[in-house]
Amino acid sequence: MKVALFATCLVDTLTPSVARATATLLQRLGHEVVVPPGQSCCGQMHVNTGYRREAVPIVANHVRAFAGAEAIVAPSGSCVASIHHQQAAVARRAGEHRLADEAEELAGRTYELSQFLVDVLGVTDVGAYYPHRVTYHPTCHSLRLLKVGDRPYQLLRAVRGLELVELPGAEQCCGFGGTFAVKNADTSTAMLTDKMANVLGTHAEVCTAGDASCLMHIGGGLSRLRAGTRTVHLAEILASTEEAVTPDQQTRPAVSA
Amino acid sequence: MTATVPPKAPTFLGLPTAPRGVGHLRGDQSFPDAARGALRDGQLRANLGHATSTIRGKRAKVVDELPDWAQLREAGRALKAATMARLDDHLEELERQVTARGGVVHWARDANEANEIVTRLVQATGTSEVVKVKSMATQEIGLNEALEAAGLDVFETDLAELIVQLGEDKPSHILVPAIHKNRAEIREIFARTIPGVDPDLTDDPRQLAMAARTHLRERFLRARVAVSGANFAVAETGTLTVVESEGNGRMCLTLPETLITVMGIEKVVPTWRDLEVFLQLLPRSSTGERMNPYTSTWAGVTPGDGPQEFHLVLLDNGRTAVLADEVGREALHCIRCSACLNVCPVYERAGGHSYGSVYPGPIGAVLSPMLTGVEDNASLPFASSLCGACYDVCPVAIDIPSILVHLRAEHVEAVARDRERPTAEAVAFRGLAKVMSHPRLWHLAQRASRLGRLIARGKPTLPNALPPPVSGWTRSRDLPTPPRETFVESWVREHGS
Amino acid sequence: MSAREEVLSRVRQALGADRTPPEEVVRDYRLTDGRPAGDPALLELLVDRVEDYQATVLRCAPADVGATVRAALDQGLGSGWTAGDVVVAPGLAEDWRPAGCDVDDDRPAVQLADRAASVTAVAVAVAETGTLVLDGSPACGRRALSLLPDCLVCVVTADQVVGSVPEGLGRLDPLRPLTMVSGPSATSDIELQRVEGVHGPRTLLVVLAG
Ligand code: SF4
Repeated sequence: MKVALFATCLVDTLTPSVARATATLLQRLGHEVVVPPGQSCCGQMHVNTGYRREAVPIVANHVRAFAGAEAIVAPSGSCVASIHHQQAAVARRAGEHRLADEAEELAGRTYELSQFLVDVLGVTDVGAYYPHRVTYHPTCHSLRLLKVGDRPYQLLRAVRGLELVELPGAEQCCGFGGTFAVKNADTSTAMLTDKMANVLGTHAEVCTAGDASCLMHIGGGLSRLRAGTRTVHLAEILASTEEAVTPDQQTRPAVSA
Repeated sequence: MTATVPPKAPTFLGLPTAPRGVGHLRGDQSFPDAARGALRDGQLRANLGHATSTIRGKRAKVVDELPDWAQLREAGRALKAATMARLDDHLEELERQVTARGGVVHWARDANEANEIVTRLVQATGTSEVVKVKSMATQEIGLNEALEAAGLDVFETDLAELIVQLGEDKPSHILVPAIHKNRAEIREIFARTIPGVDPDLTDDPRQLAMAARTHLRERFLRARVAVSGANFAVAETGTLTVVESEGNGRMCLTLPETLITVMGIEKVVPTWRDLEVFLQLLPRSSTGERMNPYTSTWAGVTPGDGPQEFHLVLLDNGRTAVLADEVGREALHCIRCSACLNVCPVYERAGGHSYGSVYPGPIGAVLSPMLTGVEDNASLPFASSLCGACYDVCPVAIDIPSILVHLRAEHVEAVARDRERPTAEAVAFRGLAKVMSHPRLWHLAQRASRLGRLIARGKPTLPNALPPPVSGWTRSRDLPTPPRETFVESWVREHGS
Repeated sequence: MSAREEVLSRVRQALGADRTPPEEVVRDYRLTDGRPAGDPALLELLVDRVEDYQATVLRCAPADVGATVRAALDQGLGSGWTAGDVVVAPGLAEDWRPAGCDVDDDRPAVQLADRAASVTAVAVAVAETGTLVLDGSPACGRRALSLLPDCLVCVVTADQVVGSVPEGLGRLDPLRPLTMVSGPSATSDIELQRVEGVHGPRTLLVVLAG
């Protein structure tokens, strides 16, 4: 299958290794990966901060960039949720009905990574090897908007060498919430503190998730604490093999197994 | 309540909102400022964490027990939506039925008018004491203050309301207004304020409840006027409903000669049958019980049983403005179960007082700004990480996150309309939107972000001391140093475009 | 414009001229429990649910209600009670009443606070939620009767026990003053911990006949 990769603005700019790992993984599974160069952002940050009118041209750019793609995959539950639940709505509210229809149609072919692997490709064992103690944080939009359910757990359980440990209070929000993390920094930090305590309580080397944004928040907090535990995106774990622990993984576990 | 009171009465979507200067819908601090103080209170956070996790567990257990919860929830949502679509007809029918059964119906445009009506009705009975059943509507309009200003003594009879009243505190939760207090703090309040209380009173919840019983018993027996709210009012029969636990509601609804019920206009339901849905959804969602201890219903006046004079005050106070908002009107479906508060990670940490309104938590963050007009509560729609836990538990499926996002835009657009020069944030977001919709500009901007590498000086993270708004992030979290190359750049370099 | 006219006209303005027609409400939740009223399994369920609220259930044959009410009062008041401690609903079946007890009349309601216990019938009982409904009929008595005495004894007959909330409400007259009772009065206002017994009767005893 020819898969168009939507890196998302945050991953593309700040953690490109996550997009690289997604591409590596899909190629290893025998699929052709294309990266439309006109891509930028899904528009979520604008919509969620109150700039829904300003988001319309961003949505239009996204639709333009991915026009004609057979399947679109993004390593971010939150961005995929925005594509599914927000893009067409903001276009329609602005009276851009054609754009709304196109966005809706594109959303139908857009998948979050774990859903794409399990539901579309029908694989849970992606042939990965990752000899570390890992805990999984189910990010809110993956969990509640996309309802990815236990797909990430299925994928992680099939990774050789990986020891999966349950995260207490897993379903509680980490406190990221986009601009919430800055506008309500104190509350956000209080939520982060509890999340980090739960993560550290598992004695995992790695905390993983399907959203680079939440991981940047949790990882940024753990790094500030100089805790040994690091954050690694699900795509990077799934891309790792005996031959190569994800080629460009920047967030290498601090403690080796 | 607000620092500056502009002369013009606020409106929202062309309809009058709840007036300023009366009631408890507006705080005197923004949410982030109020939350900052609350977050420093370790006792408060411990109390809230303990209480909300207890109730979350109970709710989950009794909800899972019902095989048809999803169907009940969908029926509840649809019933509320259908009711709102014909709200005028249902209100007129309710008025006809209540009147036909010996009740008197009053209409109140806003808090001031409702307070005047109730004060006048109480004064007409010649008594100086009023007993009250816990009611959100009367909290909202500041009825107690209005009655007290008229020289009347008001006694809250719900245990938590009593704790709040005796502690000269403010409610912080819809269902359990004193949730922010633990047993030791409650014991202290009772020991200090209840005349003649047993000096050996311990902090055992049973003993505390008994102290309240003794304190209020005599008041109930001599009360001549009671004021209540209502959970539901059935239009076709004129039947009012109060759902409660302690029996203080029954005391107030049964013993006095006169009963005055203040009810928001959105509480009407069309038919008696509709209660078969709501009386299953409400108790399981609120106290986590299969059914609350007492539910009382009455239609008008019953000779020989209960109050022989009954007044129903139908309150707007901004509700029609909420109704005018096609996205936000769903907030009027709320049955005040408080499940959304109990699951909210922001509420659990910041506490109810941070919201500045009698309606805290997720529902408060959407309802208060619409009742007052968004600009009077502009920080509330932003007081959420949009995690969506509230929507999942809401028994009538109110999509709170979507309304929050909608109100954020209403605020941004109102500011854009009212200000001559755009805010720095608006400039930034507009600029970014332009950049993000033109790939060439976007790539330039991404390259510019690499300037961050200069200040990182080879470290994997940026320094902590950065100017606002970035400092909001870096005070507690490291920011990664931007990489040498973006993903798309490197891919294009390797594969061509 | 009167407040009434103004509020109604605001509602109409808010809904707009071409208001969306009310949507169809689908009632595909359980309308009945599937078991007929009085089914033995429903009686079991009712007992389980009522006891879960820390109330006491005494079961008996229909002919033994009178004796079982007295046994319930023994439990609620201790065996030293006298007929004068107990007030019953005026329409309560003669053979259910303790001999010589006080029968409620049109005295001021607050005087009922002087009695230690009251005995009433119910209109319907919902097994799934452990709820008894009193409807103000002569057998159930006025509302104050089941409220002021500290111990409440309710007699339920098997044919009154239905499975679900919809079935229960279907049997009731919404024009009567109804009181739905699920256990003794309780509060969860202190640390969300349930404490039984506040302003309403602190002791609830249910006599289930059949
Ligand atoms: S919004 Fe929903 S969950 Fe929150 S109090 Fe209202 S009904 Fe309950």
